[in-house]
Amino acid sequence: MKKHRKKRLFGVLLIIGSSCLGIGLILYALNSNLDYFLTPSELKKSNENVVLSSNTRVKLGGMVKKDSFFINENKVNFEVTDFEDSIKVIYEGLLPDLFKEGKGIVVLGKYNDGIFYADEVFAKHDENYMPPNLELD
Amino acid sequence: MIKKFFHQFASPKSYFAIANKFGKPFLTFFFLLYISALVWGLFFTPPDLVQGNSYRIIYMHVPASFMAQILFVVMAITSAVFLIWRLKLAAYVSKSIAPIGAIVTFFALFSGSIWGIPTWGTWWQWDARITSTLILFIMYLGLISLHASFENKDKADKFFSVLVLIGLVNIPIIKKSVDWWSTLHQSASITLTSKPAIDPVMLYPLMFSIVSFIGLIFGLIILSSQNEILKREKYKSWVKNI
Repeated sequence: MKKHRKKRLFGVLLIIGSSCLGIGLILYALNSNLDYFLTPSELKKSNENVVLSSNTRVKLGGMVKKDSFFINENKVNFEVTDFEDSIKVIYEGLLPDLFKEGKGIVVLGKYNDGIFYADEVFAKHDENYMPPNLELD
Repeated sequence: MIKKFFHQFASPKSYFAIANKFGKPFLTFFFLLYISALVWGLFFTPPDLVQGNSYRIIYMHVPASFMAQILFVVMAITSAVFLIWRLKLAAYVSKSIAPIGAIVTFFALFSGSIWGIPTWGTWWQWDARITSTLILFIMYLGLISLHASFENKDKADKFFSVLVLIGLVNIPIIKKSVDWWSTLHQSASITLTSKPAIDPVMLYPLMFSIVSFIGLIFGLIILSSQNEILKREKYKSWVKNI
């Protein structure tokens, strides 16, 4: 490679390297704020350290606990678990099609006195795809 | 001899001649292939156990999302080639990829939103994967407008290429976003290292749709770069003779 091309190649690598470094540092600094949702044990822990005001909207993610789902006075009740800890959720509204006990879920709302009052419920599905008849195997 | 071949191919004139001959048949072939991949995916595959029929948009969403990222990498390679070897052709190709990349990225976001409504219960969330893809879309738009804002097109090529290289950092972020952060978007079904998490009856049409979509998009890039060559070299004698 000729000398001036080597210099330009070095310049190209320098641009890529410095932009990676810059973004990397920003992401590193933001890391604690970027997480999209908290798991039940994380939410309980953060509530101990910093007392969340009852008006702060937080996101809680995990699995819908088996046999915890029931409907009471038009309100949906269920528990979200990360298999370490679980939080009771109360929600009024339509549930997404994929809502199911034992499946992933993200809820958005307020955490107050150990109960999570959800405004919105999103179903999280995993990366597995298979035809229905394979479940029997 | 190899060096001579590259020098010849890399001249806009001979590239144009080759592209003119093979571009359209290439595009038509992969377009038909993609259509048949969609027919296979939409009508001849079983529904998904969890998502039912709504998963079928995977045959459009995954190729588009994949290409949205690949095109940026290709654009970074051609931009680096232009910056190092000052090959004009590389800059022309880079520039013609940007609008196609923007459209493909928009389609990836759009199809993802449509998919999100029945499955997640929302069409938009500021999720790491979705947000980083939106940034990719904005970056494509930024590149297009950057190039358009220069009177001097040779200068435009240089700034464009440098910006592409800076933006390249977003690609690994998009790719790893589902692993680094807890996101609503699920992690990858197909990886190089492990067995696909998707059943073969759905995997084969999906692979087929990805491959044919790659061909379709590269066909479009060939045609679009021909356009760019004509526009940029319109005062050259070989263009006047066409």
